[in-house]
Amino acid sequence: MKFVSLLRFATLLAVSPALHAAEPIKIGEIASLTGKEAAFGQSSHKGTVLAVEQLNAVGGVLGRPFELLSEDNQSKSGESATVARKLLSREKVVALLGEVASSRSLEMAPIAQRAKIPMISPSSTNPKVTEVGDYIFRVCFIDPFQGTVMAKFAKETLKARRVAVLTSVSSAYSVGLAKYFKERFLADGGEIALEQKFAEGDKDFKAQLTAVRAAGVDAIFVPGYYTEAALISRQARELGLALPLFGGDGWEAPQLIEIGGKAVEGTYYSTHYSPEDTAPAVQAFVAAFRARWNGETPDAMAALGYDSACVLADAIKRAGGTEGPALRDALAATKGFAGVTGTTNMDPARNASKSAVIVTIKDGQFKFVQSVAP
Amino acid sequence: MPKAHLGFLLALVLGGVLSGLSDRIDPYHLDVLIGVGINIVLAVSLNLIAGHTGQFSLGHAGFMAIGAYATAAVTIFLGPHLIGDTAAPGGLAENTLFGSALLIGGLAAALAGLLVGIPSLRLRGDYLALVTLGFGEIIRVLLQNFEPLGGALGLNGIPAYTTVFWVVAAGAATVFTVGCLVRSNYGLGFLAVRDDEIAASAAGLDPARYKVVAFTVGAFFAGIAGGLFGHFKMTITPSGFDFSRSIEIVVMVILGGLGNTVGVILAAVLLTLLPEFLRPVAEYRLVLYSLLLIGLMLARPQGLFTFRTHRAVPRA
Amino acid sequence: MLTEFLQQLVNGLSLGAIYALIALGYTMVYGVLRFINFAHSDVFMVGAFAGLYLAPLAPAGSILGGLVVVGGAMLASALLGVAIERLAYRPLRQAPTLNVLITAIGVSCLLQSAGQLVFGAAPRSFPVIFPARALSVGGLDFSSNQVVVLVFAAILVIGLRLIVFHTRMGAALRAVSQNPRAARLMGIDNDVVIRFTFALGSALAGAGGVLYAVNYPTIDPLMGVLPGLKAFVAAILGGIGSIPGAALGGLLLGLVETFVGGSQYSTYKDAIAFALLILFLLFRPAGLLGKARIEKV
Repeated sequence: MKFVSLLRFATLLAVSPALHAAEPIKIGEIASLTGKEAAFGQSSHKGTVLAVEQLNAVGGVLGRPFELLSEDNQSKSGESATVARKLLSREKVVALLGEVASSRSLEMAPIAQRAKIPMISPSSTNPKVTEVGDYIFRVCFIDPFQGTVMAKFAKETLKARRVAVLTSVSSAYSVGLAKYFKERFLADGGEIALEQKFAEGDKDFKAQLTAVRAAGVDAIFVPGYYTEAALISRQARELGLALPLFGGDGWEAPQLIEIGGKAVEGTYYSTHYSPEDTAPAVQAFVAAFRARWNGETPDAMAALGYDSACVLADAIKRAGGTEGPALRDALAATKGFAGVTGTTNMDPARNASKSAVIVTIKDGQFKFVQSVAP
Repeated sequence: MPKAHLGFLLALVLGGVLSGLSDRIDPYHLDVLIGVGINIVLAVSLNLIAGHTGQFSLGHAGFMAIGAYATAAVTIFLGPHLIGDTAAPGGLAENTLFGSALLIGGLAAALAGLLVGIPSLRLRGDYLALVTLGFGEIIRVLLQNFEPLGGALGLNGIPAYTTVFWVVAAGAATVFTVGCLVRSNYGLGFLAVRDDEIAASAAGLDPARYKVVAFTVGAFFAGIAGGLFGHFKMTITPSGFDFSRSIEIVVMVILGGLGNTVGVILAAVLLTLLPEFLRPVAEYRLVLYSLLLIGLMLARPQGLFTFRTHRAVPRA
Repeated sequence: MLTEFLQQLVNGLSLGAIYALIALGYTMVYGVLRFINFAHSDVFMVGAFAGLYLAPLAPAGSILGGLVVVGGAMLASALLGVAIERLAYRPLRQAPTLNVLITAIGVSCLLQSAGQLVFGAAPRSFPVIFPARALSVGGLDFSSNQVVVLVFAAILVIGLRLIVFHTRMGAALRAVSQNPRAARLMGIDNDVVIRFTFALGSALAGAGGVLYAVNYPTIDPLMGVLPGLKAFVAAILGGIGSIPGAALGGLLLGLVETFVGGSQYSTYKDAIAFALLILFLLFRPAGLLGKARIEKV
């Protein structure tokens, strides 16, 4: 009798860690894998997948492997909300990773907040995203900082006194970044000679650019996404505008050069990291990424996607579990986490305070120009 | 009590019961149920305009948009003043606010319906379709440029007031109203206008009045659907109410059979559930929809659930 | 000030030329069959993609290469147009117009969604096919590609006019637009004429697609939706059924849109086209060059 119960007890002991170890931690990822901003979604997805694979290779966290459930929002508005609801209610994920674009993050955030499930945006820079609630985090800098960086760059490096701003009214990111850039640039004594607007999906900017040309400016700020930035650059050159164009992290995608061609040579934009960074962690990441994804070099979205998964894993370890409130508190307490996009310190507003990197296009390649600390 | 009224009351009771049980139901199923209800309201309201009155309208999403924005504007901007922050969630105050907001949304959309109905009085067939499409697009562009309501970025953080009860109530109200309207003596006028406008006016009816009423009532319910939608998804953007949204509603009505209320309801249910089943092959969904539409028109234009002749629009 | 105005004029004309090319297809099909071919805008898109796939086969950056690509795209689009007519519209020749309209919408959706599956939904970059040079004449800057668009559009419109007024097929086309039954009595095979109309109209849309892609080198499966709608508005503005009307309407719409785009109301420019549509349909449905038709009961 005693022997049998001892045997049962021993079997239970032997099996239970295995049972626990088998139960995966479900994480939801929402990205624009197809559609107009597919470059962003694909990039951050690849970074996130690499991180999850690396984490699982060392046994996961707390003895449990990660299960990444990725959903595509097709770059369409409204879809992120739908798939967020599905991931939360059907799949019961413990956290949401996403989205790259601020507009889409703003859609998902109220749903995550309501469900009390933490959400980490890898690269949405509009401040409103984390203002939705205390369960919403991000691992990148925010637009007030980015706008300041580019305003200073315009004034000090480009020596521009009169600037035109071309804003996309269709993205929260563009509207926000334009606003913060303007504030800083005007405060520094610069002049915004002209502001023009366009909408997502527009292909023809000649009308706006002709007005810019007539206004006589030193540089043009385009706080938009890569497709429009590339087209605007081309059309600006076609109209004889040889002056510098510059923008924000929305420009970062290989398609910028693919579509823009020679027109984007000598343009500048700010972003979160550069693969040319010699820090060992960055180089290790670049090498691992290239090995995993056919020699592709990771861009900022990939790096941030990677860091968002790593920060989440670290928080789960510190929280000792995946319960919503505990996980949230652990995320909020993230300090000194060394990632590939710099050190992540969560400030009280749940934003990460990080350096920006300014990049230019030279000979068809992205080239590092300077790093700007907060 | 007439059967229709009884049915309506029963539906309300059912809605209340389901709402009360909503904690026990899988949230995912609840979401799908709400989606079905909203689509029923949209489809039946379009059916009044396109099916019963024969005015082929491709801008129905525009009315939905106006309703969504108007309702959200009330709950977001006026709500805090009217009920304060301490109202119990799901309590009487909140529901009264939501109900009134929905009515206002519906009325705003009805006004738009009136505005669209009047110019379309002189147009037929293709031209009418185009003008309604144009109106839908204009509404979208206007909303995109209207900063106080978020502009192109839309409105976020809309309070989640939509419950199963509201959806069932709205669905029942729509079916009840449209059904009674069309079956009444007055309502025969709609069918007459659809069948032959010139003959109808020769018989002494005023086609203009019927068309305008159809557009207004149809738009009213589309606006309510929009309000329910907004408070369900918690986010609305102008681009979510574009031409392709209008087409989705049109497909429901065509599938069910123009002028066939029961058919349209079934079609709405089918087309809401289908994407959920097709999620594994989500990329093929639109391809399948389009093939469905073409196939229907080639083989069975009267719709899947109608049993009459080979015309999309029924002829007396 | 004058320079800016003239520059916008140049911009507007080159945009308008593309609208004109697409509008011609709409107007021709409407003239012959009395229905709006919603799928026309997607034939435009397929033309652009045909150009994308043909471009590597032709010598890049040369006029000959450009002609080959445009010609190839026109051929591909013509074939697609004829196929659509045969499979989706011909069976419904006797059906009420509403049925055909709905089918056209279905075909349009099908092309768009199939395009997203086959070509991918992300925008693709269109290669250089004509030698691209920045030109500057008297303070006005434009690209040689814009000149190419204008030249092509002009040639195609003149060519179309020659076909319609100086060939037998053209005469048959005019006959069928005026009165299909009488045309049949005269021995004209309506089916052949209709097929020819679709082929011609679609070829023009295909050319428009490539020329559009040459000037705005990102293409995606949904690129035809808005230009298509606007081109249809242009056809109505000019007078549906009238070939010079479609060309005129296209140019006018391109100009209006460009001037609005350069002003502070640039984000309303899409709505302008529809507002014009509604105004014209209400007050002058025959358009600028069309003839008012009286509906007999």
